[in-house]
Parts: sequence; structure tokens; C-alpha cells
Amino acid sequence: MEFKHIQGKDQGKIIMYALSTCIWCKKTKRLLDNLGIAYDYVDVDLLGEAEKETAKDEMEKWNPKGSFPTLIFNDRTCVVGFDEVKIREALLHE
Amino acid sequence: MSNQEITQERIQNLWKQLKQQAEAGGYHLNPDDEFTKDLVRSLIVNQQRYGYRACPCRLAAGEKASDLDIICPCDYRDADISEYGACYCGLYVSEDVVTGEKSIRMIPERRPAPEERAARTLSAKNVHKPLAMPVWRCRVCGYLCARDGPPEVCPICKAKKERFERFM
Repeated sequence: MEFKHIQGKDQGKIIMYALSTCIWCKKTKRLLDNLGIAYDYVDVDLLGEAEKETAKDEMEKWNPKGSFPTLIFNDRTCVVGFDEVKIREALLHE
Repeated sequence: MSNQEITQERIQNLWKQLKQQAEAGGYHLNPDDEFTKDLVRSLIVNQQRYGYRACPCRLAAGEKASDLDIICPCDYRDADISEYGACYCGLYVSEDVVTGEKSIRMIPERRPAPEERAARTLSAKNVHKPLAMPVWRCRVCGYLCARDGPPEVCPICKAKKERFERFM
């Protein structure tokens, strides 16, 4: 599964599972872009069937509902949804 | 994917149509037009991709039978509007959001996990009561009717027949 890397300030490992059609995912990407932070994301709806299953399995380990966006900071902290407060907190503490 | 075919005109037309339908049924589209038109565009993408307007903010299975509950308007819209002032993706909002008395925040996922959904479908099939006629419930808006089968289209919210479930 290929993640797209967005360049920026290194704030640790930030992984985001997103949907290309989801406006909340778009807002989350925009927030990270505006903060100028480096992150990696994948639009799960654009993956092939096998990769989609892998992505779902990975995501569900962190977020059993499998909802979008799911962000994982440093393989430790998971934030679900466009939750600006929690995202900023995760960036501070991670 | 034929994204280039999604013209502004097409988005505008569907937006207008959804807005009219919403207002006629007592619902409201999100007044943030830029946000809403982005969602309408995604609905068109999903229509092209899956053959139906799956919720843009959920991962569709691509199999209509598994995605029925998330075809827009989804089964969870009304409950989310009541509780959070907007449906999960933010396309439909409550009146106090339209008037600006309430603003929308992130809405948690109400759709049950896949196993729970399968269990729910099974239990619904087991409903058998001695009634003169079965009662059908529209899973989108809650409309109930007693007749041999569900109507072709919900007279209230215009959801299609396949969105009805046997209620009693």
C-alpha cells in the first residue's frame, strides 16, 4: 500500500487513512498542510480490493469502527475524525 | 474514474435538486455552499463509481446490498441531525444550524460495525406478528405504512422501495 508523503516540519510519524470523497478528510489534510507538518496519507477508496482490505484491517486495529479520517501519531496515539483540538493535542504531546 | 466529466453545471443542478427536495420534506442542506457543493461533487463521483450515491464520508463496499444503509440520505441522517445538528458527512443540517444558532462539529460514526449490521438484518427478518397487514418502515425517515408491500417510493422522503424494512 502506497502512502503519499506530504513534506513539511518533522513532528514524528503521522499516518492518515482518508477517503478522496470525504470533505472532513479534506479539512484534516488542509489543517496539517496549514500547520506545515510532514505526514503520509492514503485515500482508501482509491485502492485496489486487496489493498483496501489490508488498509481496513490496519485501521480497525486503531479505530474499530473503521471510520474516516483515522490518524495515527508515532504508532501510539489515534485520532478519529476532523477533531482539531485532539489533532493539535496529539501534535503537542507526541 | 471520469472526474473531468463532473462539470460545475452538473454539480449545480444536483445541488439545486437536492436542496428543493430537502426543503419540500422539511430538511435543510448545509448553508455553507462551498462545503455542500464539494459533497455534491463527491456524490456524483460515487454515483459513477458504484452506481449509487454512497455516503462520501464512508467507505462503500461497492455492493449495493451491503451499502443500502449508507446510500444518501443514509439511515442515520435523522438521528444525527437531531443529536448533532448535521448528518455524518454534513450535507443535511438542522434548522438551528441554518439560522446560525448552532454550529456543527465532528460527528461520531453511528453506523454499527459490520457484524452488528448483519445481526440486525437477521432479527428484522424474524418479525412475524398476527396482523391484518404487514407494516413497513422507511429506514430513512421513519414513515410507516400498512400494506402488502412497501411503496415504490417513500411518499415523505422519496427514498426507494429497497430502503424499507418490515416493521411489524
